[in-house]
Parts: sequence; structure tokens; C-alpha cells
Amino acid sequence: MSQDNSNLTVQDKVVASLKRRRRQEKLFRTLGLGSVILSLALVAILFINIFSKGVPAFWQTSMTVEVYFDPDVIRISEKPEQQPNETFEDFDERLLDWETQLGFVNFNRILSDSITPLLSDFERSQTRYVTQLVTSGERHALRDMVMEDPSIVGETRSLTLLTSADVDVWLKGNIDRSLPDDQLQLPAVVREWADELHANGHIQNRFSTALFMNPDSRSSLASAGLAGAFVGSFYMLLIVIFLAIPMGVAAAIYLEEFAPKNKLTDIIEVNINNLAAVPSIIFGLLGAAVFINWFKLPMSAPVVGGLVLSLMTLPTVIIATRATLRAIPPSIRAAALGLGASKTQTVFHHVLPLAIPGILTGSILGVAQALGETAPLLLIGMKSFVASIPQSPMDQATALPVQIYLWQGNELRNFFEARTSAAIIVLLMLMISLNSLAIWLRRKLEVRW
Amino acid sequence: MQNSQSSPDIASQQTAITARNVEVFYGDTQAIKGIDLDVRNNEVLSFIGPSGCGKSTFLRCLNRMNDTIDSCRVTGSIELDGQDIYHSSVDEVLLRAKVGMVFQKPNPFPKSIYDNIAYGPKLHGLVERKPELDEIVESSLRRAGLWEEVKDRLNEPGTGLSGGQQQRLCIARTIAVSPEVILMDEPCSALDPIATGIIEELIHDLKEKFTIVIVTHNMQQAARVSDRTAFFHLGEVVEVSETDDLFTNPKHKRTEDYITGRYG
Amino acid sequence: MEHVNSGRHISSQFDEELKEVRNAVLSMGGVVEKQLTDAIQAIKTSDHELADRVLSNDTRVNALEMDIDNACTQLIAKRQPTARDLRQIIATFKTIADLERIGDEVKRIAAVAKESFSSEQQHLLAALENLGQLVLNMLRTVLNAFARMDAEEALEVHRTDQGIDRQYEGMLRQLMTYMMEDPRSIPKIMDVVFSARSLERIGDRCQNIAEYVIYNVHGKDVRHTSDEDMEQTVRKSR
Repeated sequence: MSQDNSNLTVQDKVVASLKRRRRQEKLFRTLGLGSVILSLALVAILFINIFSKGVPAFWQTSMTVEVYFDPDVIRISEKPEQQPNETFEDFDERLLDWETQLGFVNFNRILSDSITPLLSDFERSQTRYVTQLVTSGERHALRDMVMEDPSIVGETRSLTLLTSADVDVWLKGNIDRSLPDDQLQLPAVVREWADELHANGHIQNRFSTALFMNPDSRSSLASAGLAGAFVGSFYMLLIVIFLAIPMGVAAAIYLEEFAPKNKLTDIIEVNINNLAAVPSIIFGLLGAAVFINWFKLPMSAPVVGGLVLSLMTLPTVIIATRATLRAIPPSIRAAALGLGASKTQTVFHHVLPLAIPGILTGSILGVAQALGETAPLLLIGMKSFVASIPQSPMDQATALPVQIYLWQGNELRNFFEARTSAAIIVLLMLMISLNSLAIWLRRKLEVRW
Repeated sequence: MQNSQSSPDIASQQTAITARNVEVFYGDTQAIKGIDLDVRNNEVLSFIGPSGCGKSTFLRCLNRMNDTIDSCRVTGSIELDGQDIYHSSVDEVLLRAKVGMVFQKPNPFPKSIYDNIAYGPKLHGLVERKPELDEIVESSLRRAGLWEEVKDRLNEPGTGLSGGQQQRLCIARTIAVSPEVILMDEPCSALDPIATGIIEELIHDLKEKFTIVIVTHNMQQAARVSDRTAFFHLGEVVEVSETDDLFTNPKHKRTEDYITGRYG
Repeated sequence: MEHVNSGRHISSQFDEELKEVRNAVLSMGGVVEKQLTDAIQAIKTSDHELADRVLSNDTRVNALEMDIDNACTQLIAKRQPTARDLRQIIATFKTIADLERIGDEVKRIAAVAKESFSSEQQHLLAALENLGQLVLNMLRTVLNAFARMDAEEALEVHRTDQGIDRQYEGMLRQLMTYMMEDPRSIPKIMDVVFSARSLERIGDRCQNIAEYVIYNVHGKDVRHTSDEDMEQTVRKSR
């Protein structure tokens, strides 16, 4: 009977505590759910902000013009061709002379002559304003066309040319029209022309690939693009993939499978873990001090950037690989060893194939992270403006995150704000696709044991 | 207090493995104290004893699997076919081709059934062409009593089989490299009684061609399956005799206490 | 000296079960011993009532044999006994079979007690009584040996059987001369012969039980071995 009584009190206690426990659980779940919603909301706000600002930048105003390649303006000799008994150096010299000639041609005149017929209200004194309608880089495009094919001289071509950045901003309504005249970024006559050409359809807002295909430009702001940064990042990506991943995986395999477990390896493991947490800017200092000062590698080159990023990614790859190797059950190794496989054969025939999904995932995540690093690249000199697309990893270059940083600092705020956001979108897309690749690869290659 | 053995010359022909004064240390702890033991050709020798008494440790000495543990040190001599397996000139890879091992938990490779069996022969270069390999795979699976069950699905993963089948697969994998001795470390402890029974039958058949040493916690299994039994206690071999004798009339009180379930 | 109860099993239930069986055997032995005592007494005093009681009590002996048989079978099925435990169970099986046979023989002796003997034939009964005491002692001793699992004592029992055999043969010769002297007394004398025969058989069975005790203790089957070998087995220390 007494046992029943004591059971009863136990029961009561359980019931009493149950209320409290349920409450705690509810609180915890609410907090959890709340934080998830909050985080998602913040991310959503971020994305909406960036996308709403950035997406319009992919559309740029451009003008359709019948361009007449007036031979009176383009007064050049024939394009030299290599003679049979001519040396390459001599031919090259002649070609250079010809190109210099071409460089002196006043393509602005060609442009303005082609545009003025479209304007209803034009006076000769306003000639110098006409070229403000088209972004300056387009005259180089014209020159390149002639260089490519001198036979177009004397012909007319219908071309779509990018308008200047100011015009683009004006026509997109990003300049407050109620401001006084001198704050409106464009001379009044240009504004009128722009409105007129826009109204009668010569200037239209089109999807422009300039953002992707062109290198950065200070002079021709509307044609500033990410191509140079892309290629720079791409070279660095390649260097990281081919340097950090093999080295990291090999180091991890050695440390995990072959190295004896003693004090030394413990110290190494601790140091690797610490290196993964080191601020990235320190790697930049290392790069500047060792690669540039000591090895005399060219400054601001993707090769240096790649090396620095590789050093940064190495600890991540090693840690990810080691974790993957550790997760493989020792029974498989035992089975292989028991059959008479050597240690190396066991690792390469059995352990590694099972570890590949994990290694790939970890590596790609590490690489994606490296892609977005800015600080170390700034320290090795990538903070400067580079106007061309690098031809090799040794050329001067910039990287995507650095380019974003540079554009963010540009004075023409209302044009570059959109452009920066667009660049951020491009970078984000790249990261997301790399991460998706990692997830897909992991799913595909997963082997269950 | 060891079982009497035949005279030395006949003994070396009859014994597959000769262990003399084997001691094993993990760091400073001594796990095995001075064991002398013979394993005769084509016999099934079982190791019984309470947990932690050193049976598995000693078993692993016989194919140098203890080498994979850093802190483990083995002294004394263990001879296979007259050659000390711990001699510096002996390659443990070759040794393990002669002394195979089946583990407690079935551990097939995450490959196809065919590849599981084929790995060993390919590794050691035992075959030149595919037809020979096919033959080895088939004969190994037949000997392991698994052929009829898997012959139509050789390309399916080995991990898709039931526990008992997986263990037979592991046995087939081990015999595919034609070892002399097969070591089994509690091969049935993860299996149900029917699978256990099948494997015990298998051991009986395998005895014809191989020498088998089996560690088991199940005394009735040792009684059913083995010709001779060695009782391990606290790192020593207390008694080794014919199984029939050991289970009806053991010589040592420690042995009797263990097998009758007494701890005085 | 190996004692059955040295060292307890991890399973206390197993210990209990073994103890119960052992006690049952001793109890059965006690019943059989009393039966024999009563039968001899009945013959001595021509107590027909006592003889009847002995006859009806035999059912108890048979019932005990079946119970113990059953219990031992259960033990084998449940516990898979080995070594000492296994030998004990085997010895128990055999011992109770022999005890049951002894019970049957005692019945035959008691049946004789119900016959009436003339005063001249009384001296025949005296010899029978003598033999009976010897056999009774033997039974008591072997039951003691079983209780204590004492192989030395069992060996002694084994040796006394020779004395009993000699006594029995002597008795037979004597009885035969009586029969030749007085053919009319042959039926009664035959009854005595049969009783003596029963006693001699009881002696043999006690000898068997002694062999089982030695087997249990030393693990060697000493049935059908010579006396010297048996002595060696018992004397030899492990």
C-alpha cells in the first residue's frame, strides 16, 4: 500500500514538472523558429536590396546609328601584309606604324557626323557635345573595326553603341530632374538630345553584355565591365585548384594514414587548425613579403594572388580531407590489410575512393571561399585599376571582389551603385553555382557502406 | 602444463604455426605473458576465455595485424612453416596472403560481390586473365557456400547482402588468395543462430584444405566446431587440449571454473 | 578432494537446481535404505504388515526416479552443463536407475517375508539376515560416498562387494545341501535362495554406484576396469 502511495507522489511530481518542461520546450522552439525567420528575413532583405539595385544595371541605354566610315577622315595607307622575304620584326614594325597612323584618326568626327543627322536641333557650335552622347570607349571599338577589316572604309554600317554613363543615368531617371542645372551632370543641350533620341526610339534600354565582356575602364564608364576581373579570378581559381587541392589532400592523407602519432604530429595538427582561423589579410602580408619582395614575382598578378589564396585554402582542404578520412570506418582498412594490401594500397584502393565525395565538397567550399576574399589581394597590389584583360597569370590583373571594391569607390555614384550591385550579383551567382556543384557532386558520388 | 606434443621433426611437419614465449605489450601494460602454442595443420583450434584475456590480441599476432597499432610491441618467436614471421626480412604483406583473417563484424568492401572476391587475387598477381579470375571467384564462392545464392547478381554491391551472407562473402574473399591459415575473430558474434550454424558447417568443410584458428566467446560453439581448444586467462594459455577432453574433464581448475560458469 | 559444491555458478538458479537434484537423490537413497532395513526386519520377525508396507512404498521410489530423471533432463536442455557438472548429471542418471532396481529387489525380499517358515527353517533366515546386514552397510556406505563425493570411500565399497559375493556363494552351497537333505523344503528354500540372490544383486548395484562416484570425481570411466587400475585412478593425484 505504501508503495502505491509513493508511486502516486512520483506521478504527481512528474506531472508537475511536465508543465515546466513543456513550457521550456515551447520557448526553445519559438526562439529557434524566430531566429530562423529573422535570419531568413535579413537574407531576403539583403538579396532584394542587391537585386533591385543590380538587375537594372544589366540593361544599358544604347544608340542605333548608321556609321559612315568616311575615307576623308580615315586617311590611312593600306594595311601592310607580310612579304615573303620579309622578317617578322620588319613586318611587325610596319604594322605598328600603320596602327599608330590609325590611332591618330579622329573617330570622334566619324561618330558626330553620323549622329548629327538624327538630331532635330543642332548647331555646329554644339559639335563637341555630340560625342558626350556616346561613351568614349566606342570610338576605340570603331578603330578596332577598321583595324580588323580596312575594307569597311567608305562604307556605312548600322551599329549599336553604348551611350555614356551620364546619359544612361539621366534616361533611367536616376537623376533628380528638379535639381538646378549645374547639378544635373550633363549640359542642357545633351540632355535635350538624349530625351529626343530616346523618345523617337534611337536610344533604347537594351540588355547589355558590356558588364560581362568588357574590362574595367575609367574613361569610358559605361563600358566598364568585369571581364578583366573575371579572367583574373579565373586564373587564381585555377591556381588554387591545381595547387591547394592536391597538396592539401596529399598532406591530409599522409598525416592521417601514414604519420606516426606523436607529439610532433599533434603540434602540426594544432597549427593547421589555427592557420584556418588566421585573418586572411595576414596571408596578403605574407604574399607581399615573400612572393613579391623575395621571389620577385610581378605585383598584382594572378599568380601571386593564386599563391596567396592557395595558402589560405590549404588548411581548409586539409581539415576537410582529414575529417572525411576519419569518417571512413576502420573495418574497411582492416579488411584490406588482412588480405595483404600494403598501407599505400589500402589508402589508394579503398579509403580514397570512399573519401572523394567528402574531399570534393570540402575543397569546393574552400575554393568558393577563396574566390570571395578581398583583403589579401589588396595587399599584393590588386587595389589598382587595371584596364585590360590579363593574357597570362603573370600579367597585371584584378579580381571580382576587388573590382567590386573599386567600383564602390567611384565618384559617379548613381551609375556605379547599380553597377556594383550587378557585380555583386555576378559574384553571388558564381559562389552559389560552385556550392551547388559541390552539393551535386557529393550527392552523385556518395557511396554507402 | 601444456598438452603433450609429438617429437620435434614430426611436429614441424604437422604444425602450421609455432609460437614460443610470445609476449605482447601495449605501451607499458603487458597483455600477453609468455605463451607457447602450436597450431597443427588442418586442424580447427579455438581460443576461449573471458573478455580481455588476450585471445584476440594473440590471434592478431599470428598475422602481424598488431603492427597497425603504434603502441603495440611483440616479443618472442612465431614461426610459420619454420620461418619467424617477425623477422625483419619478412614482408607482412606476403605473410597476410598466407594467413588470412575474418573479422567479428562482416566488412565487405563497398564494391560489387565479384570485385570483393577478385581484389585479393588481383592484388597479389595470382591471375593473368579474366577467365582465370572468374574461376577463382566462382570456386571461392562455392567453397564458402554462397555461390548458389549470389551467382546471378555478382555485380551487385556486397553490402546489400544479409549479415550471414556478408560474413560468408568475407570468408570467400579470404580463401580466394589461397592462404594456409585462416584466422577468425568471433566470426559469428554478430549473426543470428541460423547464419551461425551455416558458418559452423562451413568451418567444418574448410578444415580439409585450411588450418583454422577461431576466437569465440561461445563455448558451445568452440565445443562443436574445434578439434583442440586453448583456454586463455589473464594473458596466458592455461590449458590447451583436445576439445572433447577439455569440455568433459579439464585439467585445470581455472579452466573448469570458466567452462562451467563458475567464478569462485 | 573435489567437492561438488566448491565454487558457485554465476547463475545461482543453476546452483539451486543442482542442489535440489542432489538432495532428491539422497532422499531417494534414504527411502531405499529404509526399505531394505524394513524388509530384512520383516523377514527376521515374520512381520507381514511391515512386508506389505515395504511393497506399497516402492511406488515412492519409482516416483522419485521419474522426478529426478525429469529434473536432470531439464538441466541438460537448459544449462548445457560441461565438465564436472556434466559428469554429475550423468552419474545421477545412472545412480537413480540403480537405486530403482535396488528398490525392485527389496520388493522381492519383502515378498519372501510374507511366507511362513517352520522353526527348523528359521536358521536359514538368520543367514539371510546376516547377508542382508552386510548389503545394508554397503548401501549406506555408498550413499555416504555419493553424498560427499568421496572416491576413496567409493573404492572401499567396491572392494567389500567381493566379500558379499563370497558370503552369497557360501550361503548357496549351504542351502543346496538343505535342499538335497529334505526335498519337501525345496519350495521354501528356493524362496530364500531368491532373496539371497536379490541381496547379491543389490550389492552389485552398490558397486555400480561406487563406480559412478569415482567417474564423477576423477572423470575417468572405471567400469569394466580391473581393481588395480581403479585403485590407481583414485590414488593418483591430479
